[in-house]
Amino acid sequence: MEQPNLSYINSMSGGDKAFEQKLIGIIKAEFPEEKEVYFDNIAAKNYKLTAENVHKLKHKISILGLEKSYDVAVNYENNLIDGATDGKTDFESILQIMTDFLETL
Amino acid sequence: MNCIIIDDEATARAIIGQLCTNVTSLKVLEDFPNAMQAIKYLNSNAIDLIFLDIHMPDFTGFDFIDTIKNPPKIILTTSDPNFAIQAFGYDCIVDYLVKPITPERFQKAIDKAEAIKPTAPVEKASSGQVETSSGNDLYVNIDRRLIKIDIPSIYLVEAKGDYIQVKTDDKNYTVHSTLKKIEDKLPDSLFLKIHRSYIINVDKIIDIEDNSVLIKKDVIPVSRSNRPELMKRLNLL
Repeated sequence: MEQPNLSYINSMSGGDKAFEQKLIGIIKAEFPEEKEVYFDNIAAKNYKLTAENVHKLKHKISILGLEKSYDVAVNYENNLIDGATDGKTDFESILQIMTDFLETL
Repeated sequence: MNCIIIDDEATARAIIGQLCTNVTSLKVLEDFPNAMQAIKYLNSNAIDLIFLDIHMPDFTGFDFIDTIKNPPKIILTTSDPNFAIQAFGYDCIVDYLVKPITPERFQKAIDKAEAIKPTAPVEKASSGQVETSSGNDLYVNIDRRLIKIDIPSIYLVEAKGDYIQVKTDDKNYTVHSTLKKIEDKLPDSLFLKIHRSYIINVDKIIDIEDNSVLIKKDVIPVSRSNRPELMKRLNLL
């Protein structure tokens, strides 16, 4: 399974270590909130809102360098828009991998 | 250039803010988590450039542009590449950045913005991803492709939040648009809005029962206010 990395953050920070730490802090604060909203909406079968949550989470997936996982999220978002949950398990596995990774930072 | 950032995601605001610090000609005055706060700010502050997210709850980036008078130059920042065609309809939009934004691509957008003179009052663009229709065809933008749909083959259009689902005899299409926008593109002679979430092709009705219509295999509610118009359109014996 694809693993997260900090390549993007390092490339856009211009070597500004203080900014890198600040950004990681923001992600660590914002990601659990977005995840919680996602799980609430999917549990309530509110697929439209869930699609919006996935859309928002996609950015963090890409920031953490998860290129293939990003495609999984795109497909899952499109399925949710159509009222289907195909791709849910894979997407939630990605969220777990991100959670585990962020805990190491 | 004095600029502001509008994005509901704190991470995105931080990244764009950092990218701006590498450009000496840019001065970030404020950032906002929603468009409404930015509108208030613009009422009393002169801004040259806005970094604007499209997907925001309640009030999208396009809603924002449609709302403000004489918008300044705007660089759209989004995770969704599907709005590019819609963006081209706005004179004020100078570039379209897909997240995650790289420093190189960001600089290119700034170069474009600096090369363009301040925008004239914007002309309203046709929002939504439903493009021009000609004759019997309607073009919809799906995944950056304009797909032609034969209008008479459409039997149902359903509103689904920020999207519409266009159902035809052969295939269904999910398009980022509104019922109002597609309603304007469909011929009145064939189509009728029977509920705030549904437009039907009247020729495709199979039967009508109480407050619902059977069209193909879909049972569609008819709102009380739309029922008289529907009844008028039928060739009743």
